[in-house]
Amino acid sequence: MSRTDALVDADWVETHLDDPKVVLVEVDEDTAAYEKNHIRGAVRIDWKTDLQDQVRRDFVNKEQFEALLSSKGIANDDTVIIYGGNNNWFASYAYWYFKLYGHGDVRLLDGGRKKWELDSRELVSEVPQRAVTQYKASGPDTAIRAFRDDVVSAIGVQNLVDVRSPDEYAGRLLAPAHLPQEQSQRPGHVPTAANIPWSQAANDDGTFKSDDELKALYEGKGVDLSKDTIAYCRIGERSAHTWFVLHELLGVSNVKNYDGSWTEYGSLVGVPVQLGDNPGTPLGGAA
Amino acid sequence: MCGAVAGGPSIEGIDMTKEAVIQGIVTRGGEPVSGAYVRLLDGTGEFTAEVPTSATGQFRFFAAPGSWTLRALAPGGQADRQVVAEQGAVADVEVAITA
Repeated sequence: MSRTDALVDADWVETHLDDPKVVLVEVDEDTAAYEKNHIRGAVRIDWKTDLQDQVRRDFVNKEQFEALLSSKGIANDDTVIIYGGNNNWFASYAYWYFKLYGHGDVRLLDGGRKKWELDSRELVSEVPQRAVTQYKASGPDTAIRAFRDDVVSAIGVQNLVDVRSPDEYAGRLLAPAHLPQEQSQRPGHVPTAANIPWSQAANDDGTFKSDDELKALYEGKGVDLSKDTIAYCRIGERSAHTWFVLHELLGVSNVKNYDGSWTEYGSLVGVPVQLGDNPGTPLGGAA
Repeated sequence: MCGAVAGGPSIEGIDMTKEAVIQGIVTRGGEPVSGAYVRLLDGTGEFTAEVPTSATGQFRFFAAPGSWTLRALAPGGQADRQVVAEQGAVADVEVAITA
């Protein structure tokens, strides 16, 4: 993988708005965003109702993913361009799904919805009608997904990258500051995890930093990119953003996203937890 | 749920004695700016959260007690504003974009 295979800029999108084999997909959690307006021709995928199983805590299975993409009018040979709000967090998460289920050509719009808006580019409210397809998925490719036991085994052994804000990492906040703080999990982080907030990989306008800047960022924080890596956050969408940076932009081979993330790990009985600003030792403990 | 809705989170049903709220309005030339982005940066300048402003230019964060910086981004302009948050209190601020 390289940057051009995984990322397009806003100018590229504007020149392909009428290309029938390019499908724009807006992925948000805030459903009001797409309804208000979106890039012309974009279909919507809802992070919660479309990509999550509605009964158990898991993401949609292969058959559900096939049904979703078929209903959205996305074909296997389409170039899918994903973008969204929140600096492309949920867009990155959806991109990770598309990779998990083997879609051939999927890319992110650099900067997502925010950059598009700050550039004052065109947004419309008309919802496009796309003919239903017969989408066939492969996988899922679990080489890019970590489960809780993988995380526990990785303590002190593999790279663990906690991409939440420093206050969440240290245990001073339990959720991002645009959410209420009352939560059921224990605060803190997985012992030995480095804190490299997702935001350090992006510019203020939501675009990704250059490959050289990104490499310097992770190596500067002591991440040995030749080792296996697991990224996590609170629910797995900010860490999908970092997974995208490491695996798709920098081409690091064994990187997994732990989508259970802190809402799962912080609720587990008996696993080590570290408080404070330092990675700590494998046994965890107070700062 | 981890994403940000325009204007920031609702306070409905929230025990405000447990929250350190930072909220306010983004303006340009005295008028509210809707669809701007407000970033909350911690004491070291590190990003903590971001919300788009509401139709009436408003934003809200549930922070932790301490010093924070608000950075507003809008087409063609931005502005920073320092703010201190306290537990059980609401810090109400205006961030005026000059450009």
